[in-house]
Amino acid sequence: MTQLNEASPVQDDAVLRVTDLRTWFPVKSRGLLRRKIGDVKAVDGISLSVAPGETLGLVGESGCGKSTAGRTMLKLIDPTSGSVELNGRDITHLSRKEMVPLRREAQMIFQDPYNSLNPRHTVGTIIGTPFRVQGVDPAGGVKAAVQQLMERVGLNPEHYNRYPNEFSGGQRQRIGVARAIALQPKLIVCDEPVSALDVSIQAQVVNLLADLQDEFGMSYILVAHDLSVVRHISDRVAVMYLGHIMELAPRSDLYERPLHPYTHALLSSVPVPEPGAAAKRERILLQGDLPSPINPPSGCVFNTRCWKVQEQCRVDVPLLREYQPGHFLACHFPEEKLHIGETIVGPQAPLVDNDYSLQSPEERAEEAARARRGEAWERDEPGDFGLGSKIQ
Amino acid sequence: MALTVSAPSPGDVTADIPEEVAGRSLWQITWNRIRHDRTAMVCLVVVLMYYAVALLAGPIMVRLGIDPYSFDGSAVSDNAGAPYGAWGGISREHLLGVEWGTGRDILAQLLNGLRISLFIATVSTIAVVVLGIVFGIISGYSRGVVDTMIGWLIDIILAFPFILLVLALSGVMTQRLEAMGVPEGNPARITCLIVLFSVFGWTYLARLIRGQILSLREKEFIESAVSMGSGTTRILFKELLPNLWPTIIVYTTITLPVYISTEAAFAYLGVGTLPPDVTFGAMLGNSVGYFRAVPSYLFIPGTLLVVLVVAFSLLGDAVRDALDPRAGRV
Repeated sequence: MTQLNEASPVQDDAVLRVTDLRTWFPVKSRGLLRRKIGDVKAVDGISLSVAPGETLGLVGESGCGKSTAGRTMLKLIDPTSGSVELNGRDITHLSRKEMVPLRREAQMIFQDPYNSLNPRHTVGTIIGTPFRVQGVDPAGGVKAAVQQLMERVGLNPEHYNRYPNEFSGGQRQRIGVARAIALQPKLIVCDEPVSALDVSIQAQVVNLLADLQDEFGMSYILVAHDLSVVRHISDRVAVMYLGHIMELAPRSDLYERPLHPYTHALLSSVPVPEPGAAAKRERILLQGDLPSPINPPSGCVFNTRCWKVQEQCRVDVPLLREYQPGHFLACHFPEEKLHIGETIVGPQAPLVDNDYSLQSPEERAEEAARARRGEAWERDEPGDFGLGSKIQ
Repeated sequence: MALTVSAPSPGDVTADIPEEVAGRSLWQITWNRIRHDRTAMVCLVVVLMYYAVALLAGPIMVRLGIDPYSFDGSAVSDNAGAPYGAWGGISREHLLGVEWGTGRDILAQLLNGLRISLFIATVSTIAVVVLGIVFGIISGYSRGVVDTMIGWLIDIILAFPFILLVLALSGVMTQRLEAMGVPEGNPARITCLIVLFSVFGWTYLARLIRGQILSLREKEFIESAVSMGSGTTRILFKELLPNLWPTIIVYTTITLPVYISTEAAFAYLGVGTLPPDVTFGAMLGNSVGYFRAVPSYLFIPGTLLVVLVVAFSLLGDAVRDALDPRAGRV
């Protein structure tokens, strides 16, 4: 349970305030009964806020819950507990219908530009959908507004009647951006907005996002695993690990003076295209996998892989506290020193059993034992529900 | 990673695309492919001609001065009822000959039968497609208990032996329909066939659609529609349905000829319209007894039926290839 002390990471007068948010997905047993046998704790008690016009980067390795967190903040996934406030209004328990008018204020840009645009709609229809769904009638008509948006994001407005498959990945992502800014929302959650694009195109799209922010003053939550992209555009950065925020700090603080052992490790993993750079950096190697979010470690969730782990870390949950002004940290043993030129290897994390479909702890233990003995690891394939694929 | 490239001006991004305002929709692309497929075009013309003839059957019969009901005693011999003349009595009055025994005009019977066959097949196909879409979408989008129930219903329906069931039920059902106010005789018999075809036919399409919905609903554009505030109705009909049209079109063009031949099979077995309103299948059934004497009585309706079904099936294949060129032929 995250106790917020007097200096809370949740500010007043913010566009978005998230307090102790949890998103758990139930894991059900197979068969007829479908008993609940546990929860995937994708997001497990995060608190943060986003100020107007600010960009908050949300970084972490795959499976740490950053995308789920972003989606929960927009109520695309219902939170398990905690609260989300958008422009001072608590939206945690609003129904899907009640959310509809509020969707105007918070939009989303998706990761995969090949999946996030309906292939059967023209670009004009796609970018015009927010106007139609929200019943907004812009001056001069929807078509003029859409063409203006297309021009603003760097698309040729004459391509109004084209289909998404006639565009490149970068252009498609621009379509997604135009759709998100159509109603001038106060907040846009960007879920890995450039990770599916070529590096040369990434820069264009990231800069487009920055320009649009200067023009319209909206806030961004930038969910990304690419630390360079986050550094380029974010004002503050939150580092997530296994559903928890480990460190939340202004960009320069976080990148230049990281405190959390995990942040040290994360930053040291960024490749630098410069010979001899290794001597000027610290090198921290984490071993093993992310623990299972069904059964996270006790105490600090990072303790299985932490290179500074001590007994206290296995017992006490570290709280997200303001360690320095504006620099929030959840760690018992922060590391202020940069170990330049050193190589530090973390402990070997225990094997992680990520088979969520097993029925009971006993079966899970048995399976793990068999895996240790090196026996063939047989398991059922997920049921074939795609009956359609069988039929010509 | 260097992030120094400035945001490009609109001209830069789109300079490599030739100026062309209109995009090409799926239908334009498909039609273009079909237009260049000679087999498909021939089949399309054949199918359209059949439909045109069926729709204009009345005026054609009036123009030729024939009808499928009136006897022509002068065209058949008095004692055996054999048609006078070669090829089953082909003459100026009876262009395709006359029926053994009664002297009814065969061309008129064909025109009339084509009308009935195409009506039954078309209406059944429409009903099957509509039912399949509705059940498939409900099943795939709701998931959970409703999905399971519909799955069971489909399994049960598929477990019934269709032909035996139609043979057994048609009599009772026709009487029921007549009791419910459907006009007696052929209207009730046609309705009965359409109902049976529809009730037992929708399951395949429903499963097909369900599978597609299950995969489509996980795409990000559905989530994006939700994030803009779209309701369920809008998501189903504006976002999902347009992605299902290719499947639906292909299924429709492949199913229609199946129902034409199924109807013919049942007519041959004696389930269907009563004489003198005979369809191709019934004419084939009648002709068997006179085959040695009048082979044309078998060959004429048989050929017309084969041409219709083959043309329709080839057209269905062509539409499938045009809509999804990647799906290889088996």
